[in-house]
Amino acid sequence: MIEDWRNGGFGLYVHWPFCEAKCPYCDFNSHVSREIDEDRWRAAYLSEIDRIAELTPDRVLNSVFFGGGTPSLMSPELVNALIERIREKWTFANNIEITLEANPRSVEAGRFRGFADAGVNRVSMGIQALNNPDLAKLGRLHSVEEARKAFDTARSVFKRISFDLIYARQGQSLNDWRKELTEALAMSVDHLSLYQLTIEQGTAFWERQRRGQLSGLPDEDLSADMYELTQEICDQHGMPAYEVSNHAEPGAESQHNLIYWRYGDYGGIGPGAHGRLSLNGRKHATVAWRNPGAWLENAEQGNGDRINDIVSNIDQAGEYLMMGLRLQEGIDVVRVRDLDPAALSPEQTNKMADLGLIWQNGNRLGATPQGRMVLNSLITELLPDHPE
Amino acid sequence: MRPWRVAHHATLTGPCFRFISAFMTPLSRIRNFSIVAHIDHGKSTLADRLIQLTGTVAERDMKAQLLDSMDIERERGITIKANTVRIEYPAKDGETYVLNLIDTPGHVDFAYEVSRSMRAVEGSLLVVDATQGVEAQTLANVYTAIEADHEIVPVLNKIDLPAAEPERVKEQIEDVIGIEADNAVEISAKTGLGIPDVLEAIVTRLPAPASGDPDAPLQAMLVDSYYDSYLGVVVLVRIMQGTLKKGDNIRMMQTGARYGVDRLGVFRPAMQNVDELGPGEIGFLTASIKQVRDTKVGDTITHERRQCEKPLPGFKPSVPVVFCGLFPVDANDFEDMRDAIEKLALNDASFTAEMETSAALGFGFRCGFLGLLHLEVIRDRLEREYDIDLITTAPSVIYHIYMKDGEQIDLHNPADMPDPSKIDHIEEPRIKATILVPDEYLGDVLKLCQDRRGIQLDLTYAGSRAMVVYDLPLNEVVFDFYDRLKSVTKGYASFDYQMIGYREDNLVKMSILVNDEPVDALSMMVHRDRAEMRGRAMCEKLKDLIPRHMFKIPIQAAIGGKVIARETLSALRKDVTAKCYGGDATRKKKLLEKQKAGKKKMRQFGKVEIPQEAFISALKMDS
Ligand SMILES: Nc1nc2c(ncn2[C@@H]2O[C@H](COP(=O)(O)OP(=O)(O)OP(=O)(O)O)[C@@H](O)[C@H]2O)c(=O)[nH]1
Ligand SMILES: C[S@@+](CC[C@H](N)C(=O)[O-])C[C@H]1O[C@@H](n2cnc3c(N)ncnc32)[C@H](O)[C@@H]1O
Ligand code: SF4
Ligand SMILES: [Mg+2]
Repeated sequence: MIEDWRNGGFGLYVHWPFCEAKCPYCDFNSHVSREIDEDRWRAAYLSEIDRIAELTPDRVLNSVFFGGGTPSLMSPELVNALIERIREKWTFANNIEITLEANPRSVEAGRFRGFADAGVNRVSMGIQALNNPDLAKLGRLHSVEEARKAFDTARSVFKRISFDLIYARQGQSLNDWRKELTEALAMSVDHLSLYQLTIEQGTAFWERQRRGQLSGLPDEDLSADMYELTQEICDQHGMPAYEVSNHAEPGAESQHNLIYWRYGDYGGIGPGAHGRLSLNGRKHATVAWRNPGAWLENAEQGNGDRINDIVSNIDQAGEYLMMGLRLQEGIDVVRVRDLDPAALSPEQTNKMADLGLIWQNGNRLGATPQGRMVLNSLITELLPDHPE
Repeated sequence: MRPWRVAHHATLTGPCFRFISAFMTPLSRIRNFSIVAHIDHGKSTLADRLIQLTGTVAERDMKAQLLDSMDIERERGITIKANTVRIEYPAKDGETYVLNLIDTPGHVDFAYEVSRSMRAVEGSLLVVDATQGVEAQTLANVYTAIEADHEIVPVLNKIDLPAAEPERVKEQIEDVIGIEADNAVEISAKTGLGIPDVLEAIVTRLPAPASGDPDAPLQAMLVDSYYDSYLGVVVLVRIMQGTLKKGDNIRMMQTGARYGVDRLGVFRPAMQNVDELGPGEIGFLTASIKQVRDTKVGDTITHERRQCEKPLPGFKPSVPVVFCGLFPVDANDFEDMRDAIEKLALNDASFTAEMETSAALGFGFRCGFLGLLHLEVIRDRLEREYDIDLITTAPSVIYHIYMKDGEQIDLHNPADMPDPSKIDHIEEPRIKATILVPDEYLGDVLKLCQDRRGIQLDLTYAGSRAMVVYDLPLNEVVFDFYDRLKSVTKGYASFDYQMIGYREDNLVKMSILVNDEPVDALSMMVHRDRAEMRGRAMCEKLKDLIPRHMFKIPIQAAIGGKVIARETLSALRKDVTAKCYGGDATRKKKLLEKQKAGKKKMRQFGKVEIPQEAFISALKMDS
């Protein structure tokens, strides 16, 4: 039997925690900072890369992902230095995917060439909306025109491009979204992340909503209609959802995100980054210091992680279930039961299957389109009861 | 009746102390009376003034509605238990009189307290709020007083208020009640105006107790009893004949129980010991009686050795008429609840409780009450004094079920309804309801009574007020009649009722099915003609209260196998986290675990989970 993590592959996540401005909906670990001492940051990242490499020798690396924050604000030199060190430490898979999240502004577009030269072979652009009033409402610093230009630049540089849209926005009608999504698909990309706007605690939108000042958000029915419409249109364009909010032409899926969802191993580097690493037969969950300053100091002293916990087999089963059911391909039932024999009892699964919420095919089990719409409830039903 | 229990030291320092006579009072200088009125017309406030003016309680120990000593009474500003006080009054004729007053509750649920209080005394002060006039309980009280052969002194209260119309109210008393009101005493119990006149009227217009021979064999009425944590059971007695002394061996004629009298005393209103009680006197005794249930109100107390010939007629027992299930919200509270219920039941003969189990609500009790206020009071006490959160099921009444095989069953709980095919017919309790209401609302009141399957018995006018008498099913009244009456009359109607017996009608058990599973706690007895309406209301309510599931849920009201109302709770359409935080599986897991923990607070019905809250809200009578 192969080690469990190998079912998912191995990747590295590198978090860059800075942005030009904080978007009012965003609760990612992102900060606005005037002075960033890139040299100091470079040294800290490199030291963390070395530390993790030591833990995971002899692994083949499937993916690297620069996320944020806004990693396109990093200098190409910095990105280059990190990729170089990573290449020294691990064997790259032939088809290694190296993604960088980019904001679609001209400043960043100017660096695309440099990122490509450093080894980045895929960008994921945060375009968010294709009309200016909505971009303004989302607090974005770019216009549609600027975004399109940045996108065109990216096209000329990278083979693989994806972009993000946030929908189910204030005042957005079903028809508005139909038009916008159709436009997006016309931009001929092979990957799209389509996120429904979520009002997260701790954001400016959350506060506005609490004060009753965030009007025009869709109700459950409209948001469900929008989601269904999204599936329909993307299916027609040959871009089915391989994950709840991620669409791709077959073969163009983000390898990196698949590692998460297939519950593989990934090292987390940078402020607030999470990792899952199988070491000596045990799965470790790591969380790095979230505050950029705190992370920097700790990384400089040899370890940027704040938490390093062992994940029990039962919890691994739960995490795999939660992550894996987001995928169209579903989960491997045997893999879940190896980790937790009590999980996915026929009683539980039959009940959900009767409701048409899951499909089963040999060892594989997944959410049907209907089940995916209520995935949180579905997972809650399928998670086995384990007394604390 | 639960005499005053706080501030036991109060009278010892009071100026009244000198009036206490060491000897029996001659009958001619005793006046026993009850203070009766419609709710809130000022009985307890008048009692305050009588107590105060006679110096029975020291000025600094006075407080408003002094006799309402239970928390719940003080909080709601109403009297629940009747209270007895002995006051001494030096009258204008130069004699000092012993007055035993009984302040009674005004609310219809406690009418029984009023009627038995009246049996212990010879006269009544009928208090009428001069701004409100005659109300439903005013009438009811007068009839009870007349039945008890009472002399009645009408007292017009609240004349300090600008809206007071004493003349009009006097006329009303004469018209509606038919008693002389010319010489009604006009007072303000609040300011004290007219109180001396009340005292004089008590002495001059109310009769002394009928002849009583202190040397005759003891004949005493057991008026009430209550439990005192220090003294055990305290028995309120009225001596008719003979003399009761400390240390006497007594016998309860109905129960046959024998006791030795440990302590004898009077309420002033604190307990004050005396050596003996003679004819016409009202006081208390303790006799190592363990439980209130061991005593029977209305019983005749006599001496063990020298028994009286004839027992007193006794009281009609008070019986619970409204029933509901009480369940602890937290199943772990069940044992505490059992203890609390036992304690309350020991002290309140009109409250009954039996264990009950419900698939929906777990272990609990089926409880019987005198009415909805009584229900509320007991529930309040359980929740507050014993700190137990409760779910109350829909109130019901006792149905008489006549089976085809001749058997007759008293049905207290719709869940116990036998197979309808074996039932010959069902009878339900009916009441005679008297409603007084200003003219302009009469139409609405008639409609309400008609809707509730009422039969009009009488309709008369007194000035601008109408008095309607209806024969109504009790079942309809315990549902939400009070609330409806209050709202259609903006609070201007008053209502009183008495049970008048059972009558057959087309009654059915309506079950509520959630996802095709019957939910026992929600089933109820209804009249066939009203079933659709009630069923629809319940289904609609539940539809709002049950959270959406991953599948659609039919919510139905049914009679037997026949669905009479139906709502569908549509399936949850969307519940999915849009984006995944990189590799942060922990965060997601926490969220889902929280969701899972939330489910634990639910009760499972087949595939459906119903939150505890939903039961609480669905079963709320109002709203
Ligand atoms: N203005 C005015 N208010 C009064 C007078 N007498 C009583 N009240 C007020 O009327 C309200 C009811 O008085 P209570 O003495 O509690 O009435 P009750 O008849 O004992 O009420 P229940 O025992 O609940 O039937 C209280 O708010 C009193 O303060 C009065 O003479 N004038
Ligand atoms: C970590 S963000 C980084 C991308 C980049 N900094 C940018 O803003 O373009 C990744 C994506 O998550 C999505 N996102 C962030 N907050 C969101 C929210 N509250 N609701 C829905 N999507 C959100 C946006 O589409 C965003 O592009
Ligand atoms: S959405 Fe992107 S740019 Fe905006 S604050 Fe978040 S990470 Fe930064
Ligand atoms: Mg009172």
